[in-house]
Amino acid sequence: MLRFVARRAVHGVIILVGLSVLLFALLVLTPGDPVELIAASTPDIKPEDVAALRAYYGLDDPIYIRYFKWARSVLHGDLGYSRTYGTPVIGLMGERLRNTLALLATSVFLAFIAGVAIGIYSALHQYSVVDYTVTVLAFAGLAMPVFWQGIVFILVFAVWLPWFPAGGMMTPGVEPGWPMFWNRLWHMVLPVAVLATSGMAAWTRYMRSSMLEVIRQDYVRTARAKGNSEKVVINKHALRNALIPIITLVALSIPGILNGAVLTETVFSWPGMGLLLFQAVLGHDYNVAMAVLLFVALMTVLFNLFADVAYAMVDPRIRYE
Amino acid sequence: MGLAAVTRGFHEHRPRLAGVAALGAGLAVLALAVPLTRERVAQAPFAAAQCLLLVVAVATFWVIPSDLTRRMRKNPLSVAGFGLIAAFVAVAILAPILAPPPATSRDPYIIPQEGFASVPTPPRPGHPFGTTEGQYDLYYGIVWGARTAFRVSILVIAIAVAIGLVVGGLSGYYGGRVDEAMMRLTDIFLAFPSLVLAVTVVAVLGRSLTNVMIAIAIVHWPIYARLLRGDILSVRGRDYVEAARAAGAGDVRIIVRHVIPNAIYPFLVLSSLDMGLIVITAAALSFLGLGPDVGYADWGTLINLSRTWILGRPGEPFAYWYVLAYPGAAIFLFVLGWNLLGDAFRDILDPRLRASG
Repeated sequence: MLRFVARRAVHGVIILVGLSVLLFALLVLTPGDPVELIAASTPDIKPEDVAALRAYYGLDDPIYIRYFKWARSVLHGDLGYSRTYGTPVIGLMGERLRNTLALLATSVFLAFIAGVAIGIYSALHQYSVVDYTVTVLAFAGLAMPVFWQGIVFILVFAVWLPWFPAGGMMTPGVEPGWPMFWNRLWHMVLPVAVLATSGMAAWTRYMRSSMLEVIRQDYVRTARAKGNSEKVVINKHALRNALIPIITLVALSIPGILNGAVLTETVFSWPGMGLLLFQAVLGHDYNVAMAVLLFVALMTVLFNLFADVAYAMVDPRIRYE
Repeated sequence: MGLAAVTRGFHEHRPRLAGVAALGAGLAVLALAVPLTRERVAQAPFAAAQCLLLVVAVATFWVIPSDLTRRMRKNPLSVAGFGLIAAFVAVAILAPILAPPPATSRDPYIIPQEGFASVPTPPRPGHPFGTTEGQYDLYYGIVWGARTAFRVSILVIAIAVAIGLVVGGLSGYYGGRVDEAMMRLTDIFLAFPSLVLAVTVVAVLGRSLTNVMIAIAIVHWPIYARLLRGDILSVRGRDYVEAARAAGAGDVRIIVRHVIPNAIYPFLVLSSLDMGLIVITAAALSFLGLGPDVGYADWGTLINLSRTWILGRPGEPFAYWYVLAYPGAAIFLFVLGWNLLGDAFRDILDPRLRASG
């Protein structure tokens, strides 16, 4: 087990290094660099100044030198400055990360609870009206584009029925403490609902089929034959086994939910990492873009590792060499 | 299947095939008899013929009983998925007839514009779905957008499969170090949320529909590489492959005769689920402003145009409902259709989940 984790950790490091090279090359090759942007917005800039700026940012060095310079400072814990915000990337990331995590954690948690509960109910009542309705709704939830759903929610729940704010994180001028907390929560309702939809739909379907598979197993029949009550059979014997693949699936899909986060944050102007990355890539803010992209990759690698380890821990039938 | 089997099948299902032929002939007569459609068909006879061929092919597929159709008929959702996709294929093929491009247009994918007024106008005769900001006809955009959707998803899958075949093939067939290197390479690409990577790639390449396709292909190939590698690995050790090799079959023959037939059904499931995912991703990129120019027949671009108008007019929040509803419904139904179809394929393939009754 330990050897397996160690091997996967080594793979993770290889992936991260490979990715950093790839992303760095990709971003550096983007047409137009930050100095060009400065020059374009300052009409009376002198050519000497442009040259001096290019030399200052090291833009004339060969790509591999720039990569090593960047890698060295990152390994020393220095992610550099954001060129658009003029602040250290670390501070910027920390704040944005908190906002994204609040959104992500709440929606994953809600989607998981709801998905598992509905999936179990649906499986235990296979081919009932509820089961068909759930299946149809889950398909609908998966087919709905996140951004479109976001716009529709704003239209219905913010414009037509003015129940929730259409965007942003809080109303300016709210007192700190509990009023601010409730205000935040109120602003989170719509984005969380939008972000949770696809996860909930997917996990409902997986939970349903996992449960259906498990309740046909011999050990569940044995549990019934022993004279256990239906409740014990379902809760103790079926549910635990049916949850195993779902836990792995949830761990694996968390980085993917960031896709939805980019769109949700754009629609609801939620100042999170997704929005930060999108603006950084478009604004040639390499330091920010690299930091966010690598952070996302790190999260993916860690969650994949976690999924494998968790799988081996909850299911004693799985053995790694 | 030999020619003899085809003839035998033909005789066996003769009455049903006669029905299909009657349906095709009826449609052809109807299209030519009604003056309005006759005029349109005369302008694009090729598209009409293609559509007729499609109708006949689909009808033939459904009337001849096979394992696939029998299983699909049992599940109304599978039938719905099949119907949706067939309808979208028909709309895409018939685009020049359903929404004939104006005589002056050079590129039929550019939506004709009627004036430049910024406020969208509601549905009315001549503009059945209304017009968007900038007076682009929504109906035209949605009909031709179906072609864009198919073009994007089919091209992306073709590129992804081509890369996946090479990488997965090398990996599964040669194993060892090659496999290790190739799998780390796919890991690197899989270590990324697809949209985040696609956004980065399009931002680097510059925004255009071609670059959107390239970006999505870059994001999607690793899944195909993995699938193919797994299939090759599982087939490689089988007795019948060893037997084929002992009989002197070469690598290419083993791949064509044994590996590909084994991989075809998982591939069908994966690619039909992927068709929907690709169109959603492409629409998301268009929505973020990274897609084709405004005015191109693309569903995501149309939704992006609607963003300014979601607030409606004071007191009338739903004043501009059509700019949001029609393109959204197009994407929704397209993706839904592929998901249902992919699920139908999976149910047919995976006997464990099959209902016993």
